[in-house]
Amino acid sequence: MVLVRKLGAVSILGLRRIGRMGLFLVKTFVYASTPPMKFSQILRQLHFIGLQSTLVIFLTGAFSGMVLGLQGYYTLNRFGSAALLGPMVALSLIRELGPVLSALMVTGRAGSAMTAEIGIMRISEQIDAIELMGINPFRYLIVPRLLAGIIALPLLTAIFDVVGIFGGYLVGGKLLGIGQGTYFGEMANYVDIKDILGGIYKSLSFGVLISWICSYKGYYAGFGAEGVSKATTQAVVLSSVLILFWDYIMTSALF
Amino acid sequence: MIKIEDLYKSFDGLEVLMGASFEVAKGEILALIGGSGHGKSVILKHVAGLIKPDRGRVYIDGKDISRLRSDELEQLRSRFGFLFQSGALFSSLTVFDNIAFPLREKTKWSEDQVKDKVLTVLDQVGLRGAEDRYPAQISGGMIKRTALARSLVRNPEIMLFDEPTTGLDPVIAHTILDLIKSIHKGLGFTGIIVSHELTRVFQIVQKVAMLHEGRILTVESPEEMLSSRDPVVHQFVTGSIEGPIQFR
Repeated sequence: MVLVRKLGAVSILGLRRIGRMGLFLVKTFVYASTPPMKFSQILRQLHFIGLQSTLVIFLTGAFSGMVLGLQGYYTLNRFGSAALLGPMVALSLIRELGPVLSALMVTGRAGSAMTAEIGIMRISEQIDAIELMGINPFRYLIVPRLLAGIIALPLLTAIFDVVGIFGGYLVGGKLLGIGQGTYFGEMANYVDIKDILGGIYKSLSFGVLISWICSYKGYYAGFGAEGVSKATTQAVVLSSVLILFWDYIMTSALF
Repeated sequence: MIKIEDLYKSFDGLEVLMGASFEVAKGEILALIGGSGHGKSVILKHVAGLIKPDRGRVYIDGKDISRLRSDELEQLRSRFGFLFQSGALFSSLTVFDNIAFPLREKTKWSEDQVKDKVLTVLDQVGLRGAEDRYPAQISGGMIKRTALARSLVRNPEIMLFDEPTTGLDPVIAHTILDLIKSIHKGLGFTGIIVSHELTRVFQIVQKVAMLHEGRILTVESPEEMLSSRDPVVHQFVTGSIEGPIQFR
């Protein structure tokens, strides 16, 4: 009986948390679709989530493309299909690795900082102060982060994809001897607009997911430094797991 | 103007407020006193609409604030000033930008008008010259004064002070309470002040409410409070160890 009661209590608590997270997202979208907009805040967040993530995305994209070039060449070469290295690298990056790895890198770099910043504002009563000035904290803090995430993620993913494709060419073309025409020419034959759109849809949804989870965890951070550190860890772990889970759902629905 | 009626609030099963009630008339400042952790700040947050009561009502100008729509509450809050215990300054903004923040966000003033007003308020709180510093670069007393300046910059009708002098040396504490007194004279706001600086606070308030065990024990003038024969009030205002108030 005690076990049943405990299970029930845990289930209710879990459902309540999911409901609160869902309402948080709905509320954010409602405020995001109605004026007034805090454009200066959106630009500030775009700078933080987007521009300041460029270097890490560039490096991750380059090395991912280079590894794909190496691994792809040795695998394809076994079947005498090394000429298809370009399409293999491009499709892997555009459909899968670009959106997913970009989202994971942004979660680690910007998402964690987002949770920590909002969490510190929560525990130091800065969010209460904003509310008491008659300013809606959702409009001021959450909506700009959501919109910046939606705008920045597809752009960062595009950078990741392009840099990765060139990284693949650097290894496959310059080191392993596949011609430039073969690498890029075959790519044009095999990569469809549907693949590109699929990657964009994924990165858009990851932008929503990262801003949502990381803002939510910060907004409802517990007490003190421990509360903020716990919220930050939870935000990164939950966002990363949900990115991979949602990626599977999107892949099965889109392709 | 402010009426609290039979307020109940508990956190994770711990009952903090158990039927607290009092009123503050327009233009009056009430000191809310009571032991640490007895729920004084919780009452302030109820008045500001930051916390919803489990039971009971908070009325501002006859309106029950727990029944207001979020846009109505936002509008009502534009009439509030709140001095937080910690100051609650935005750590990423300078002293100037902290004070200018509500003006930039909630008015259509030009940057010149904002600058004039902020500099005037900075003069009032004696912080001229510190406007370019960040909260991490100033002392506790300066943080409190910046927060006071920010809460007053829009000439609020209702001011809530949550322990404005805690952690400050006696001279700065005195300065801040004097500032509140002089600004009250100028603006005529209605206020609630939570403080343990009884002697000084009693000089600037018209009424004192004593919170004990989740209820308001008594609401009296400062003079009546100081000469009260109620054993709880007497023990609290004299700071005596002996008496009915137990440590918890």
